[in-house]
Amino acid sequence: MANIKPRVKVPGKAKAGEAVTIKTLISHPMESGQRKDRKTGELIPRKIINKFVATYNGETAFSMDLEPAISANPYIEFSVKLAESGTMRFEWTDDDGSVYDIEKEIQVA
Amino acid sequence: MQMTRRDLFALAAGLAAAGLIRMPAHADEAKVEAAIKEFAGGMPETGGVELGAPEIAENGNTVPIEVAAAGATSIMILASGNPNPGVGTFHFTAMSAESRASTRIRLAQTQDVVAVAKMADGSTKMARREIKVTIGGCGG
Repeated sequence: MANIKPRVKVPGKAKAGEAVTIKTLISHPMESGQRKDRKTGELIPRKIINKFVATYNGETAFSMDLEPAISANPYIEFSVKLAESGTMRFEWTDDDGSVYDIEKEIQVA
Repeated sequence: MQMTRRDLFALAAGLAAAGLIRMPAHADEAKVEAAIKEFAGGMPETGGVELGAPEIAENGNTVPIEVAAAGATSIMILASGNPNPGVGTFHFTAMSAESRASTRIRLAQTQDVVAVAKMADGSTKMARREIKVTIGGCGG
């Protein structure tokens, strides 16, 4: 459960200026804060990913604010067009302040 | 008044429904409207926003949603029948190939989902659509 693993699907190569679809998934329970513990009847505290940012060569390419109504293991799909080769960095920020990240190289021709 | 057997069944069913189906707290329409106004700075006009979703979602725990609006800098998603209306907001940049994104959301019950788009020129648009939910996603 505490094993939080980000996964992204990014093409290794792309043509300059052409749309590239990026798919991301991170394993995370997205505890909404609405659920009750079956045994004690107490609310399970909220713990979600509240922010997702994708940067390319240091510049923000796409971001998202997440609320508890996003499903567990949040899936986010978006598209970008790139002018030059570089590194896309993905960051997910947890309610507890942890940041999970992953980087992918993209060759742009 | 003579009570027929049919009346009795109807009454019993009504009582059972009232007693057993306790609705959880939902975001009401006022909360949805407040969230739209806070994001858009007023009530946006309808149209110009694509809101792709299944008509019937079998599992409310994970309902695929796609939103798009040409020229939008951000798009917010709201769920009118969840405990809180906020779902998420996408922010697009000059690097976005188009203002389109997908995710998976939780829906507690059959309800209207709203997408509000903010355009680069400051104007706002919205779309609204009902999604029927077979199993609610507010588990616990």
